[in-house]
Amino acid sequence: MKRTSEGEIMTVAGSAVEGPAVVIDEDLCKGCGLCIDVCPPGVLRQDSKLNHLGFHPVAYLGKWCNACGLCFFACPEPGAIVVVKPSRRHR
Amino acid sequence: MAVELVKGNDALLRGAVLAGCRTFYGYPITPSSEIAESAAALLPQLGGTFVQSECEVGAIQMVYGAASAGERVMTASSSPGISLKLEGVSYLVGSELPAVIIDIMRGGPGLGNIAPAQGDYFQVVKGGGHGDYRLIVLAPNSPQEMCDLAMLAFELADRYRNPVVVLSDGFTGQMMEAVEFPVPVTSIPPKDWAVRATPETSGNLINSIRLMPEDLEEHVTALFEKYASIEAAEVRYEEVQTADAELVVVGYGIVSRLLRAALARVRDQGLRVGMLRPITLWPYPSQRLAELAETASGFLVAELSTGQMVEDVRLAVNGRRPVAFHGRYGGAVPSVDELVKAIEAAYPAEGRSA
Amino acid sequence: MSTMTGGAVLQWPESLYRTFHRKPGGGQESTHYCPGCGHGVLHKLIAEAMDDLAIRERTVFISPVGCSVFGYYYFDCGNVQVAHGRAPAVATGIKRALPHSVVISYQGDGDLAAIGTSNILHAANRGEPITVFFVNNAIYGMTGGQMAPTTLDGQRTTTSPRGRDTMDTGSPLRVSELLSTLDAPVYIERVALTDAKHIMTARRAVRKALKAQVEGKGFSLVEVLSPCPINWKMDPAESKAWITDHLMPAFPLGVYKDVLAEREPQTRLAPQLALDKVAELFAAEPSVERTGEPTWDGVADRYREPQVKIAGFGGQGVLFLGSLLANVALRRNYHVTWLPAYGPESRGGTANCNVVISAEPVASPMVTEPSVLMALNAPSLERFEPTVTPGGVIVYNSTLISKTPTRQDVEVVAVPATAIADELGETRAANLVLLGAYLAHTGMFSAAEVEATMDQVLKSHGMLELNRQAVARGFAATT
Repeated sequence: MKRTSEGEIMTVAGSAVEGPAVVIDEDLCKGCGLCIDVCPPGVLRQDSKLNHLGFHPVAYLGKWCNACGLCFFACPEPGAIVVVKPSRRHR
Repeated sequence: MAVELVKGNDALLRGAVLAGCRTFYGYPITPSSEIAESAAALLPQLGGTFVQSECEVGAIQMVYGAASAGERVMTASSSPGISLKLEGVSYLVGSELPAVIIDIMRGGPGLGNIAPAQGDYFQVVKGGGHGDYRLIVLAPNSPQEMCDLAMLAFELADRYRNPVVVLSDGFTGQMMEAVEFPVPVTSIPPKDWAVRATPETSGNLINSIRLMPEDLEEHVTALFEKYASIEAAEVRYEEVQTADAELVVVGYGIVSRLLRAALARVRDQGLRVGMLRPITLWPYPSQRLAELAETASGFLVAELSTGQMVEDVRLAVNGRRPVAFHGRYGGAVPSVDELVKAIEAAYPAEGRSA
Repeated sequence: MSTMTGGAVLQWPESLYRTFHRKPGGGQESTHYCPGCGHGVLHKLIAEAMDDLAIRERTVFISPVGCSVFGYYYFDCGNVQVAHGRAPAVATGIKRALPHSVVISYQGDGDLAAIGTSNILHAANRGEPITVFFVNNAIYGMTGGQMAPTTLDGQRTTTSPRGRDTMDTGSPLRVSELLSTLDAPVYIERVALTDAKHIMTARRAVRKALKAQVEGKGFSLVEVLSPCPINWKMDPAESKAWITDHLMPAFPLGVYKDVLAEREPQTRLAPQLALDKVAELFAAEPSVERTGEPTWDGVADRYREPQVKIAGFGGQGVLFLGSLLANVALRRNYHVTWLPAYGPESRGGTANCNVVISAEPVASPMVTEPSVLMALNAPSLERFEPTVTPGGVIVYNSTLISKTPTRQDVEVVAVPATAIADELGETRAANLVLLGAYLAHTGMFSAAEVEATMDQVLKSHGMLELNRQAVARGFAATT
């Protein structure tokens, strides 16, 4: 995941993310797992790999996120989690 | 023209008002309480702020807050209260915040008493708080100077972004003399470093933390470069009859008034005695004292302490001339007679024969 | 909230810096907080509320001492870092200087509830319109897990290694309960950062507290029970459970005070120079018009350059007598000093002051050997009679002093000052009778000069006629 210096436009692997989805910056995740605990659909899990900080980052299963946003509020890091809400055409 | 008979403490607060200070935080303590009382009477009428804080520590931290916001702000206390404030003073210095602190000294150590004393020289001039720092210290000897130096204090504090202490005593604070009030400051230069809760200043930070040793060393080095410029530009003193003086007496604040009276008497006796009165206790008139050590044969320092400023005189004279000391302390004040005798005793033998 | 392709997002709040440029090393995007720490969560909740209330640019965030000491790394607003425990005092200074600002005092339990207890208590009691976020994790985090005032009974910390003994160290301090007893605070709530429900309650509380300030309502505080997994030696999940099972029973959640609906917004203006008002106030102070030359013409040599001691008991107007004499002399262009005895002396029922009048600038304001003693009562005469210089003058109140002065080398003027004052119907005017007698005896100043001076320096003119009569009777008393 890369941000521009202003951070206004976000792309993942060069393409826009469509909600509902959760995007985790594995380099900023400290692996505390608080997001996993609060996630109602249970779509987050701890990864087995280590990030550059030495933590097991949390990863998104890739589907069934309902963009409730609870993981965002439970996460202590400002940039580790982005929740993308569904665009209108998905509603 | 109209003239007012004004108490030193009142003159000081009114000087602060003329300097544009509208904010006072303080805790009552004798013999400085009149300053708080004057502030309580005057500042709210001017739309300013007076808060009687919960404690001395709280007061100096409120000063820190107001100074962070760019206000001309002051507090006033007396010796034990100043001891309590010194932690906050160190933070003010570390964060380079301008503030004016008034110390109307009283007798110590401990609760001591409320009589006039000069036992705070070390804690105010030499430090007292933690870390390497200097405070600009002004020592008035009359109600007129309480006003004038209060005004100067705000100007210097802002110019150098450093706290300034007006170091006075119970007598100078309590005595009344004629005071002519200068015209008020009509505008205060903007402080672009302050946190003003505006879009322009929202990126500003007031902070004394420099976590990395190299950063803190650089910061302190910059502070001391600033102090060098203050030492070059801001030394102030008064000299009386030093041109032909065999003996130079040195005293500040109320003691200089007593020395002045003694000086008149010993001059009548034919003794060639002069006086140097430091007005800035830091920066100290060391260079002028060193020069006087070339022409005078000896020095006498008088203080309301067991000998604190005398160390600076001895450093300046650097062993070239004898430096005698006459001190009263615990709130005792020497009589003029007593000082005359001290001057006679310290008067150099070669001067006597000359 | 900014938007991006695909739909609305919850992401990095704008009120937090995008990179933490102030953090050593620079350019980092992760906080200094430990995994699972509640501070980061609370930071996000606060920042998000700042975004939504559109107050970022007028917010001043105060970083305390404790784990949140580096709050200024994160919050993209005005930042002030302060000494341990003093954030509410600093906040007071900032808020009063900048009434339009939104001041956040962010404090931990050691900072707020131990070293800074007096400052938070009094800021709350004054109703400073600030918002306090109080992070209670029952332990000192930054310094490595020492006991806090909020540490639970039996809880092991590095300074309570056998568990906190409340009989020895006190019970966990309940700050929200304590502060809610005060009149001034408008909103106090305790929340917890545990599960989703509690976090969302915390989110609402944060917003409410900030909104209270935006609306000028007064002091608000949100106490946040917050996990400290590292110092609790638990993993984040265990920490959540420990908050629920142990902290919440000791620190019950809920709204402790909410009077937002009934409190009117406060309006306070930023300090102004108000120079017109300054001029007005200074002009209102009593002053004298200088007139004449300080020549001592017509005054006998022995009465010139007087060093005056005035003494009596409190309430006799000793200090006023001295200041009036000084003003009379000042009006005639003499140099004068007036110095009161202050402190225990002035509080012990006696009062005295020194007045020096000279044609030259006065060096010492101290009068140790007076050439003039005005004694209003017996103890004063006893005390100061021996100090009068030979050839000096003693003027004393013979109504109250039956024992006459014994000195043979001074001039003695006995004036029944209190009796005369009583005849005028005002005992307290004895001081002016004595002044009149002294001036008449020495010929220093006329009664008319005293009257003219009183006219200029007395704020209240209600007593002017009585005062004039008292002075006149004093003048008459010696002739």
